[in-house]
Amino acid sequence: MSNTTIKVPTMQEKIAKGETPDILFWVGCAGSFDDRAKKITKAIVRILNHVGANFAVLGVEESCTGDPAKRAGNEFLFQMQAMQNITVLNGYDVKKIVTGCPHCFNIIKNEYPELGGKYEVIHHTQLVQQLIDEGKLKVQGGAFKGKKIVFHDPCYLGRGNNVYEAPRDVISKLDAELVEMKRSKANGLCCGAGGAQMFKEAEKGNKEVNVERTEEALSHNPDIIAVGCPFCNTMMTDGVKHFNKEDKTKVMDVAELIANANDL
Amino acid sequence: MISSIIFIVLFLGSSIFFYLNSKKIRRNILLGKDISITDNKGERLKTMILVALGQKKMFTRPIPAILHLFLYAAFVITQIELIEIVFDGVTGQHRAFRPSLGGFYTFIVSFIEILSVLAFIGTIAFLARRNLLKVPRLVKSELNGWPKLDANIILIMEIILISFIFMMNGADEVLYSRGQSHAENLGDRTFGLAISSYLGPLIYGNMPDAGLHVIERIGWWGHIIMVFSFLNYLPFSKHLHILLAFPNTYFSNLKLKGQFDNLFEVTDVVKPNFDPAYQPVLDPNAVIKFGVKDITDLNWKNLLDAYSCTECGRCTAACPQSITGKALSPRKIMMDTRDRMEDVGKSMDKNGGTFVDDGKTLLGDYIKHEEIWACNTCNACVQECPVNIDPLAIIMGLRQQLVLEQSSAPNELNGMFSNLENNGAPWQFSPADRANWINEN
Repeated sequence: MSNTTIKVPTMQEKIAKGETPDILFWVGCAGSFDDRAKKITKAIVRILNHVGANFAVLGVEESCTGDPAKRAGNEFLFQMQAMQNITVLNGYDVKKIVTGCPHCFNIIKNEYPELGGKYEVIHHTQLVQQLIDEGKLKVQGGAFKGKKIVFHDPCYLGRGNNVYEAPRDVISKLDAELVEMKRSKANGLCCGAGGAQMFKEAEKGNKEVNVERTEEALSHNPDIIAVGCPFCNTMMTDGVKHFNKEDKTKVMDVAELIANANDL
Repeated sequence: MISSIIFIVLFLGSSIFFYLNSKKIRRNILLGKDISITDNKGERLKTMILVALGQKKMFTRPIPAILHLFLYAAFVITQIELIEIVFDGVTGQHRAFRPSLGGFYTFIVSFIEILSVLAFIGTIAFLARRNLLKVPRLVKSELNGWPKLDANIILIMEIILISFIFMMNGADEVLYSRGQSHAENLGDRTFGLAISSYLGPLIYGNMPDAGLHVIERIGWWGHIIMVFSFLNYLPFSKHLHILLAFPNTYFSNLKLKGQFDNLFEVTDVVKPNFDPAYQPVLDPNAVIKFGVKDITDLNWKNLLDAYSCTECGRCTAACPQSITGKALSPRKIMMDTRDRMEDVGKSMDKNGGTFVDDGKTLLGDYIKHEEIWACNTCNACVQECPVNIDPLAIIMGLRQQLVLEQSSAPNELNGMFSNLENNGAPWQFSPADRANWINEN
């Protein structure tokens, strides 16, 4: 990855300059704090910078969407978080949001409107697909030519919102060999992180879900396991380590594939 | 004359018994909270036609789907024959529709015979799969005891029923060819039934008329008694799905699977803090309970889901937690919900319509905390269900109860909640550091 400095304006800065961003990039907690996920965040920013997108982030004004609380049954905490975020977003008159995480994507898109937060929300793989379709982003296969890539569907992007093709369309531009697992798309198997499992020990059983899923992905002997979610990324990376395959197989976000291919 | 009276008594008796038991099921379902599902009638109808009638979701597994289709088609089409059987039974006639329908009669009954043979094959295959092949989803522990017996009873009843059809038609074919059948003689030598005109002579060809008359009557009465028995077995069995699949798919959740309901009880409390103009939905003096502790906290669609479940276990076979040996099985969630409803219903029957508290609740006594906390909320179970049951909605309600009413979430989750509350992130990072990534290398 090149060392071009990234430009990340905050909403506050934009407004101070009298500018209105076309799109808000919702970074999310993982994308803001998790070291691995921060790289994905930067890959998304590099793409946005590359196409000269007029975007902004909320910066310190962003707060958790409330998704882990909601899925864990804490509806109070979720709605408190949601109302707080909606107040900020509506205050900036935000119209369009791109998220770096399917959980943020799902909850803002589907569960915020009833509480007063109505925006056009897209996942970052959909944004990349749009940029390619509009001709604003040309993808060079380069580094990934001939590589074997297996895509793992995030539950809240795929089954949750029926977005199956955007990430696949994007990967197909890399001149790589896209392989499907037996359990894919609507039948995709969770990585094990969803439903707030990310934040607790698994219940008693005979296997970890991420091991089950990574085993399936590794059975195709891929060079890359592509994901579209920072939590899937963690789970699949741990799974690859479990099988001592980290030298052969890398876990990468679709945004990173595109940013790397274009040497952004 | 006597046989007509016996028939009418049986017919009315079984209809009334079925009606009474159906009413109990309806009552049990309506123990759930009232919700209104009156939107998108066109799309609902389409969903019902595709998913229930067309069995669209079954076909993700083609072999069981085809075998199931044999049984289902035989079940549906055979109902046409019942019209004549009931007519004959009441009037004391024999094959009353044959003279007027002619070739069409032969076609219909032949069609039913062919479907019956296919259903017979399907039934044998299903029995073998359940008892010999031990398909993982069909031998899980929640099926031990009654559920396994229930499944076998249904399949064996099916075999007996089909056997009676061929006794009835086969013996009658031989009798007709000898001019001895009670059916009106139309001057031909056979009914021309697709299977029985061959099978009948093969099995019964050498039997005397008197014996054949007995066999034919055993077949006829046996068949109709099995139909009545089957009908009345449904309310006590998982097999109820053949009826409830239709309303259950009609009332399907049409929203995106990722969209979970927002609890308006919570919105009433939270939203006024942000929006002073907000008008609460609930009466401010109402006692509010959050989440699901027992079946009366679920809504009627959740309860209809439970009665529509035929315990096929596709949900469980797709569940990441079940696959990896955890206690959670979405099928068990549905079976427990139904069991609880039945137990509450029985208490109401015993006590003149009022439920006498038995100290038990769905949460804890039927479904354990360990099961609820295992869920990934991934919607694989919802995706899989051939009749659009939503186990996840029940799991979420139970989680809400544990967190909001009983404060008994696992410790790590309580830690996550307090991080979220204090730092705006599920981890212990300062909100002031949220944008640090921008300037890091």
